[in-house]
Amino acid sequence: MLSYYLQLAWRSLRRYKTLTVLMVLAIAVGIGTSMTTLTVLHVLSGDPIPAKSGKLFRVRINTFPDDRFQPTDKTPDNLTRRDATALLGDARGDHQAVMSAGSGVLITPQGEPMRAQARYTTADFFPMFNVPMRYGRAWNGQADTAHARVAVISSQLNDLLFGDQSGVGKTLQFGDASLRIVGVLGSWDMNPRFYDLSNGEYGDSEQVFVPLSTALDLHLGTSGTMNCWGNAKDAHDLDAPCIWLQYWVELDSPAKVAAYQRYLHNYMALQQQAGRFRHPAQVRLQNVMQWLDYKGVVPADVRMQVWLAFGFLMICLLNTVGLLLAKFLRRGGEIGVRRALGASRRDVFMQYLIESLVIGMVGGLLGLVLAYAGVALVRQQPTEYAAFVHMDLGILLMTLLLALVASLVAGLLPAWRAMQIQPARALKAY
Amino acid sequence: MTVHPIIAALRRHKAGVILIGLQIALTLAIVCNAVFIIGQRISRVDRPTGINESNLFLVTQQYVGAPSSDTKAGADKLDTMELEDAAALRQLPSVAKVSVISSMPLLNSAWNGGMSTKPQAKSGFKMTTYYFGDQNMLSTLGAQLVAGRDFNAGDVQHAGFRTDAKRPVVIVTQSLAHKLFPNGSALGKTVYMDGSGSPSTIIGIVKRLQTPSTSDWASSFAYDSTLIPTRKDAFFSRYLVRAKPGQMKAAMAAAHDALFKVNPMRVIDDDMGIRSFASIRAEAYKQDVSMAILMGAVCIILLALTAAGIVGLTSFWVGQRTKQIGVRRALGARGIDILRYFQLENLFIAGMGVVVGLLLAIGVNQWLVQHFEMDRMPLGYLFVGVLVVLVLGQLAVFVPARRASRVPPVTATRSV
Repeated sequence: MLSYYLQLAWRSLRRYKTLTVLMVLAIAVGIGTSMTTLTVLHVLSGDPIPAKSGKLFRVRINTFPDDRFQPTDKTPDNLTRRDATALLGDARGDHQAVMSAGSGVLITPQGEPMRAQARYTTADFFPMFNVPMRYGRAWNGQADTAHARVAVISSQLNDLLFGDQSGVGKTLQFGDASLRIVGVLGSWDMNPRFYDLSNGEYGDSEQVFVPLSTALDLHLGTSGTMNCWGNAKDAHDLDAPCIWLQYWVELDSPAKVAAYQRYLHNYMALQQQAGRFRHPAQVRLQNVMQWLDYKGVVPADVRMQVWLAFGFLMICLLNTVGLLLAKFLRRGGEIGVRRALGASRRDVFMQYLIESLVIGMVGGLLGLVLAYAGVALVRQQPTEYAAFVHMDLGILLMTLLLALVASLVAGLLPAWRAMQIQPARALKAY
Repeated sequence: MTVHPIIAALRRHKAGVILIGLQIALTLAIVCNAVFIIGQRISRVDRPTGINESNLFLVTQQYVGAPSSDTKAGADKLDTMELEDAAALRQLPSVAKVSVISSMPLLNSAWNGGMSTKPQAKSGFKMTTYYFGDQNMLSTLGAQLVAGRDFNAGDVQHAGFRTDAKRPVVIVTQSLAHKLFPNGSALGKTVYMDGSGSPSTIIGIVKRLQTPSTSDWASSFAYDSTLIPTRKDAFFSRYLVRAKPGQMKAAMAAAHDALFKVNPMRVIDDDMGIRSFASIRAEAYKQDVSMAILMGAVCIILLALTAAGIVGLTSFWVGQRTKQIGVRRALGARGIDILRYFQLENLFIAGMGVVVGLLLAIGVNQWLVQHFEMDRMPLGYLFVGVLVVLVLGQLAVFVPARRASRVPPVTATRSV
């Protein structure tokens, strides 16, 4: 029966070629745009570190002096060096790390200066963020306390400087500083770069990692947001009234999260007692996905485009429903003949539903092609996330499912109406 | 012609009428809002920077092995290096003017601060962006001074990047001046920056100078710039260069070589190192432009789709009613009467769609206001949207309606 209905559908679709093309195109364009925008949203709102995102927390407290404190202001993203050092010393989490972005100049083997992005951080950074090592190992806590002149470099930088050999044990000249390379990263790119969104949300990982204590000793150049109040002789001083350091903590169980919350509130209470400020303690502990959501990493434009695309798909479907309806009802006579010759209502319903499904599936497949083209177009856009947008199997299956559902929805009403045509009346009018 | 037979006929095609009406309504809602978004993005991109944008380019470079700017000796050394660079650029035959400057409009690299009319203020700051540089800042930017005087060489000092120097004289924009001194001229008045106690005198007022930041949070002070005649010495520096007319390309190429000739120990990024202002502008607004293009494409496709839907549906109705049309023709209706009938019918359906669509358009806009911090849509957009949709409906219906008007009266006597 199915093959007969398919044959009928084919014949009917060929009879009204322009109309068929129009309906197929409408569905294809609707599905193509919806899936393109969904792909972008899917990639941008993805979890950069799925194994741990629920256990890693960004720590924020508001230590502004009272005259700078506005209850309506957001709690700052970063910490002062004094607070970061205190929290790090207490080490109440399973892992914790302080960090800042930076940059410096390297000399390539060809003798050309090159700017490299750096991260100044503490030892736990590597185990906490599951950073893989290709050669050697990351520095440990002792190296932090000893202000050791060591560095970990990216795989890419290793290849640039040392070819396919390991750079471990060799010296890295980073600006004025001579650092001993102790480790080389494996492939590690976090997109979005959730641990520090202030230096570009997407992109390759940093090329040079240096202990924060060492970087401060050597006055290596930092970058990122620096927010100071009062007079700071050097914003990097331990007691400088400046917030600029990112703080992350790993807490492996909900009980530990609650305990850490209490610990932070206690810490703030102690600061209030010490007379630093009297305003309410703003303690914010957010895991990776909450943090990305809070920072609005998915651009508003992208979210708006998804809504737009689905509105668009709806119009395409309405268009198809209208055209199918008109087409089926126009064939009232034909339906009457089939009914008179013994076809049941169910047969008529199935026949027209299958015709709609054929349109939907062809439209869906074409829509998939359009979605691929759309994604290719998005990748050409000059946005920093462009290179990371790609189709995956989930999106592919979803496209086909959407096409199926869309064509079923589009075909349901017309097929229903076709089924209800009275054979006698239709034949009379014929 | 009375409307009655049209309504009677439409009642027999309820589903089709509702579908096409809904399609028109949704199209109107989306197109109105999309065009509004396009309009907003265009006005954002079109707002003036206040500078003379042609023949202008910016050099950003970084010294290798430079001393720290935190010490006096280091800052002095860096300043000498910057001055050498600027002098080398100035000597190029294709270059008209050079200024050492910290940033420029649309560059999205800003040094923001708060300005007050009172010393050691704790609150009541007016947000502003500082441009640090030498006495050539204003003239190289090509911004227009409306009151007071420009900086001269005597005003200019230099200081390490993180060192706080006194700022005895400043130039502010008209927009900032008005916020600081709503009643009366700001010229010659004293202001204090970032809660400090050291006074700065406003010696000049610029007509308009946009800040570097194009992000939404900085939009409230987008034109509140302050120029400070201090060269900020750091391991990196920026030079704003105005090329002689028609010599932009030559100047950009020559600038690169000239700087390396002065001192090869530096990095100039291949793509971000030497940039024309046109490319800085394109970079700043790339998202707005691509959003506007996308919205435009969506509008065109939607309108085409709706038109095609109307053509398709009306064609079927014409086919379905061929016999009735024949009867009407046989009873004396002229071709034009039939044409009018279908046109009126479409106007009626589109009219109903437009009423629903207007409500939807306003609803969508409200929703965008709530969730995407958009502005409220002026009624003009709705008016234009309605007109476009109605005209489109009439154009789309014309082809099948004309076919209907050519049905000969003799059809009435034939059986199909």
